[in-house]
Amino acid sequence: MMSEKVKLVDHVEAINWNRIQDEKDLEVWDRLTSNFWLPEKVPLSNDVPSWKTLTDEEKQLTMRVFTGLTLLDTIQGTVGAVSLLPDATTAHEEAVYTNIAFMESVHAKSYSSIFSTLASTREIDEVFRWATENPHLQKKAQIVMSYYQGDDPLKKKVASTLLESFLFYSGFYLPMYWASRAKLTNTADLIRLIIRDEAVHGYYIGYKYQRGLEQETPERQQELKDYTFDLLYELYENEVQYTHYLYDSVGLSEDVKKFLHYNANKALMNLGYEAMFPASVTNVSPAILSALSPNADENHDFFSGSGSSYVIGKAVNTEDEDWDF
Amino acid sequence: MKSQQAPLVVYFSSISENTHKFIQKTRVESLRLPLLTKDEPPVVDRPFVLCIPSYGRPNGAGSVPPQAVKFLNVEQNRAHLVGVIGAGNTNFGDLYCVAADKVAAKCQVPVLYRFELMGTAEDVHKVNEGLEEFWIQNSLY
Repeated sequence: MMSEKVKLVDHVEAINWNRIQDEKDLEVWDRLTSNFWLPEKVPLSNDVPSWKTLTDEEKQLTMRVFTGLTLLDTIQGTVGAVSLLPDATTAHEEAVYTNIAFMESVHAKSYSSIFSTLASTREIDEVFRWATENPHLQKKAQIVMSYYQGDDPLKKKVASTLLESFLFYSGFYLPMYWASRAKLTNTADLIRLIIRDEAVHGYYIGYKYQRGLEQETPERQQELKDYTFDLLYELYENEVQYTHYLYDSVGLSEDVKKFLHYNANKALMNLGYEAMFPASVTNVSPAILSALSPNADENHDFFSGSGSSYVIGKAVNTEDEDWDF
Repeated sequence: MKSQQAPLVVYFSSISENTHKFIQKTRVESLRLPLLTKDEPPVVDRPFVLCIPSYGRPNGAGSVPPQAVKFLNVEQNRAHLVGVIGAGNTNFGDLYCVAADKVAAKCQVPVLYRFELMGTAEDVHKVNEGLEEFWIQNSLY
């Protein structure tokens, strides 16, 4: 529980959605609300036969990964997104943060739905106890929490974006891996909904960071850039240790680390910075990428494939209505 | 300096500027579509590739930016369209770069490339090389 007194927004006016100061607020609100979902819609119980095919070690790994994700979603729902509220520059931005906070709580609850479908009460209690004792997981939580309790609005946004766009991915790897082997596919469908939400959250908080950064002096912009990379390194080092701890026994650590690099680049881009890891260390196995997105592998690109026989086609007639599909 | 002969890319980028930042890193000739849908679209008189991000709603509804629709509804612009490049995020699953897929299917041109957010150095390299090769192969210079 939070011991510090929560800082509240000190002035409120009735929110008028017909007077928008930043069109991104409305666009993202629409996007998030149209993406709304609940775990009850996903037929998780269809995964029970598949779960039974996993070894005890694989089951334990899976439960640990999901408990780690539960902790991050709990932090983001009860502290992270809420800590951004007092710094919002528009009433609509505040409303978007309340949506983000709520959805993080939906995500956290989703893992419990997975657990109650697949595991016994004893196993569930055991893995939650593991989570409170694992040093890498606790360190991850403690680093992020310390920044949320700070009073720099832009630094809080950096920590939040790194959580949304980077810290989840050591965990998200595993359900994508199972899906690529046709295991726990309904669970993977649920995780994909979470992954979709986190992309919008990271995009939006990173966007608000960039808008705030524009108002700062060059010295302060440099300070924030240095801070971002320092925090990323600190979190990255811990993530690598956490990854080895979890995945060494199943031989997946090296590919998980590529996935970390790939997503660290995306987190930096959400904050407006250039990708840091070169392509040689972000080449995640194609099976994982296509479990994430069927169009993501390079065979779908004309430049990378064998598209030399292309003949330029004829332009069709178009009307506005034709594009409404 | 970008030469007049460089491949032309017409693009839409919202105020988050991701697609704009990507295009700025390439050596293509570029033309940005207006931010506001009410503004008149440009009319293009030579071959070009369209680069657009996807607005991924459930089922991909309304994913093509309306400014790009307005631009493509001008017949002369469609006649010069030779390919599409998609911007997006693989987190959107099968809707990754769906707007590029839709334009490509509708206008019968290929999706040439996809990249995420503001693109990496590798993406910039591949698009520079790929477009120049494509321009040569199809005698578009």
